[in-house]
Amino acid sequence: MKQASSTCGTSRDISSDPIIVALRQRFGETAVREQATLTKMPVVWVARTHLQEMLAFLRDMPEPFEMLYDLSAIDERLREHRREQPEADFTVFYHLLSVSRNRDVMLKVGLAETDLEVPSCIGVYPNADWYEREVWDMFGIDFRGHPRLKRILMPPTWHGHPLRKDYPARATEFDPYTLTVAGQEQAQQALKFDPEAWGMRREREDVEFMFLNLGPNHPSTHGVFRLVLQLDGETIIDCVPDIGYHHRGAEKMAERQTWHSYIPYTDRIDYTGGVMNNLPYVLAAEALAGIEVPQRVETIRVMMAELFRITSHLLFLGTYLQDLGALTPVFYTFSDRQRAYRVIEAITGFRMHPAWYRIGGVAQDLPRGWDRLMQEFLDWMPARLREYERAMMENAIVRDRTRHIAAYTTREALAWGVTGPCLRATGLDFDLRKKRPYSGYQHFDFEVPLGANGDAFDRGQLRLEEMRQSLRIIQQCVDHMPAGDYKADHPLTTPPPRERMLEHIETLITHFLQVSWGPVLPPDESLAMIEATKGINSYYLTSDGSTMSYRTRIRTPSFPHLQQIPAVMRGGFVPDLIAHLGSIDFVMADVDR
Amino acid sequence: MSMLTPAALEALDAMRHVLAILLGVMVMAAILTVVERRLLGLWQDRYGPNRVGPFGSLQVVADLIKMLFKEDWIPPFADRFLFVLAPAIAMASLLLSFMIVPFTPAWGVADLHVGILFFFAMAGISVYAVLFGGWASGNKYALLGAMRVSAQTLSYEVFMGLSLMGVVAMAGSFNMRDIVAAQQNLWFIVPQFLGFCTFLFAGVAVTHRAPFDQPEAEQELADGYHIEYSSLKFGMFFLGEYLGMLLVSMLIVTLFLGGWHGPWLPPFLWFAIKTAALLVLFILLRAALPRPRYDRVMQFGWKVCLPLTLINLLLTGAAILLIAPAGN
Repeated sequence: MKQASSTCGTSRDISSDPIIVALRQRFGETAVREQATLTKMPVVWVARTHLQEMLAFLRDMPEPFEMLYDLSAIDERLREHRREQPEADFTVFYHLLSVSRNRDVMLKVGLAETDLEVPSCIGVYPNADWYEREVWDMFGIDFRGHPRLKRILMPPTWHGHPLRKDYPARATEFDPYTLTVAGQEQAQQALKFDPEAWGMRREREDVEFMFLNLGPNHPSTHGVFRLVLQLDGETIIDCVPDIGYHHRGAEKMAERQTWHSYIPYTDRIDYTGGVMNNLPYVLAAEALAGIEVPQRVETIRVMMAELFRITSHLLFLGTYLQDLGALTPVFYTFSDRQRAYRVIEAITGFRMHPAWYRIGGVAQDLPRGWDRLMQEFLDWMPARLREYERAMMENAIVRDRTRHIAAYTTREALAWGVTGPCLRATGLDFDLRKKRPYSGYQHFDFEVPLGANGDAFDRGQLRLEEMRQSLRIIQQCVDHMPAGDYKADHPLTTPPPRERMLEHIETLITHFLQVSWGPVLPPDESLAMIEATKGINSYYLTSDGSTMSYRTRIRTPSFPHLQQIPAVMRGGFVPDLIAHLGSIDFVMADVDR
Repeated sequence: MSMLTPAALEALDAMRHVLAILLGVMVMAAILTVVERRLLGLWQDRYGPNRVGPFGSLQVVADLIKMLFKEDWIPPFADRFLFVLAPAIAMASLLLSFMIVPFTPAWGVADLHVGILFFFAMAGISVYAVLFGGWASGNKYALLGAMRVSAQTLSYEVFMGLSLMGVVAMAGSFNMRDIVAAQQNLWFIVPQFLGFCTFLFAGVAVTHRAPFDQPEAEQELADGYHIEYSSLKFGMFFLGEYLGMLLVSMLIVTLFLGGWHGPWLPPFLWFAIKTAALLVLFILLRAALPRPRYDRVMQFGWKVCLPLTLINLLLTGAAILLIAPAGN
């Protein structure tokens, strides 16, 4: 919320924004129509006919928008509060990110229900591929020129487009589920890989390729992830990642949960990230509500998020090395995680999914003695990290397996939407905690570790370094935890402070309504992104002035990271692929949502 | 009683040895499965199997019962004959190799003049177990495993033979007992250190143990060549791995560590202690090391081990010629 004032002015008028001015100069006064939002970036409506050109213009301008950060849609048909917005039944939005400007811009294209078609922008941003497939899958919007517009999250045999407003959200609204033998047969047939459908050849001159199903059940796919490999011996000619086996419809669920009761669902997006997942959601909700949280809340949130960064990175380190064939480290990193969970459990009452952040604060104040527990953990870890580094990262076999393996450049990373440690391993210094500080990160003294080669080794080494920095941040939290309240003094803080409940009948009623129905957030759009464990995670919330979100878009880092796999792995060996999969650090819940 | 001629008595005595050794190594291999898990537990900061019997010692029995009652499944797409043959080869080739191991001055099955060569022959045959298993399973992962085995075998079998030629030259015989006898005063690990290192490397590769377990590579091929095996057929592959470890340890003891030689303790105890130490080393390797890529293993074999063994052989030959009395 703080950087909002620094980047686009306190006023909601964005017409003087240099990007909008540049777009107007190039495409004419009427080509763009701005929309004031709480997203901290210029949001402009553009015509479908200009779309491709504008995206290309933004990508190629000086200090360009290098990354298509997100692309999705909104079903506008039931939305009541649409002031300043052009008529549209469906909106497709393109969220672009510029590292050089450290700015974002969002383009929106309105579509009529009878004409659900937009030109595909794969030619401009290659990572649009999966995003467009997802929009097709979820909304039934056609992308003209997309080479393989198939379902991506739902099974190929699915009927309907789930994120449409007329698609039911609850199982009770459907007919009872049945599966016939024929239906099962059909579903299984649909999963059979057909190389021709993916533009692959079965043979070349005297080589007949082998198509190998890696997953959905395979020890190294870290969940239900399927990769179909086109192999010549053990050389990967091409591969097709197949996702969606872990899809729960988290975005749809958000449309039938109150703003408050959705928090536990966020924990399960990146399930190794715990409360780190709550952060972008509550930040976005607080932006809608206009809540400024006390410094103590910010510091507690930072501390817990960094603790979860450590547990997530420990899990990464253990499994990454296990994927390289080292059996032992994973047991050590897991026992370290247990020590972290002791602290987490003492503070939040839960271990993996505490759902502990609240709109306007955190669930409870820190318990007495928390600092001693935390200090024990802080004193324990550094020696262990040194040990991991000496025993494994300096091991010749580990280095041989990962150095210059699955390497990509900063340019390629940006073009594929890669963020987080995977991006910083290429040497680009882009950490939101430094570049766009949120939740008070600007008050902390820490460094952003960088890689140089963008290979599997750098991705591992860098996370080891990040754990050290996280320990530093937590130490500062322990040493300088501000005094104060653990909840903001604001009418929309949820749940409201209990002390105020019993003052008189009015306060009791307000409290009752806000706890049973949940808070009503004013209609607007907000977006909060954070540097999560695996990359940039953001929640783009659209409120229609109700107790529930109108649309919740969850942009997760793992999704583009998986999309990039074929581009990185072509020509590699099967063991290199395993090293790469280990080094990405993804969880399927974060991919499929 | 006329049948109990001296020759028949001798044969009966030999049978007694054969049975005792056969049972002994089988039981050892089975126990080794639990010992390995306990040791891995120790090094991995956890307990390992400790519930069945005192200190988990009866885990072997539990595993055996479990394995016996599993469905013995042959996939419909498998080549039945080779599929059944493969685990039999795995067990048989290794068990036969124990024939040449001299446990003590008195114990041992056969006293072959071509002792070491017999081991090479059996090691060569054991490769077919993996090849057949991988091919006959009709599974792509198994096939990749078999492919890796055949590629790897080519690279380590070449220098495995050469690595022992120094020992043979020094002892002047292929016979295992002669080799042990030749180490009366000095274990061959000292003059043949290069040979020891390269044979250890090849030995780990022969048994497909980590870090040279590329053919089964859990994280890559999800168990590779034996992915389709279940029940006792899987058990035979599984036990085969431990038999292999046992065999290679015993061979190293015999060829480089002076066999049963040692002060104070009875010969068999020395043999057992040395073997156990090597087994622990095998398990420690698995606990400590990541897995190199299989093409790097082959490179290492051809570019490092093969030249080393050749140099070793040259040096050994030169030394023998220099020291040997002239005109011999």
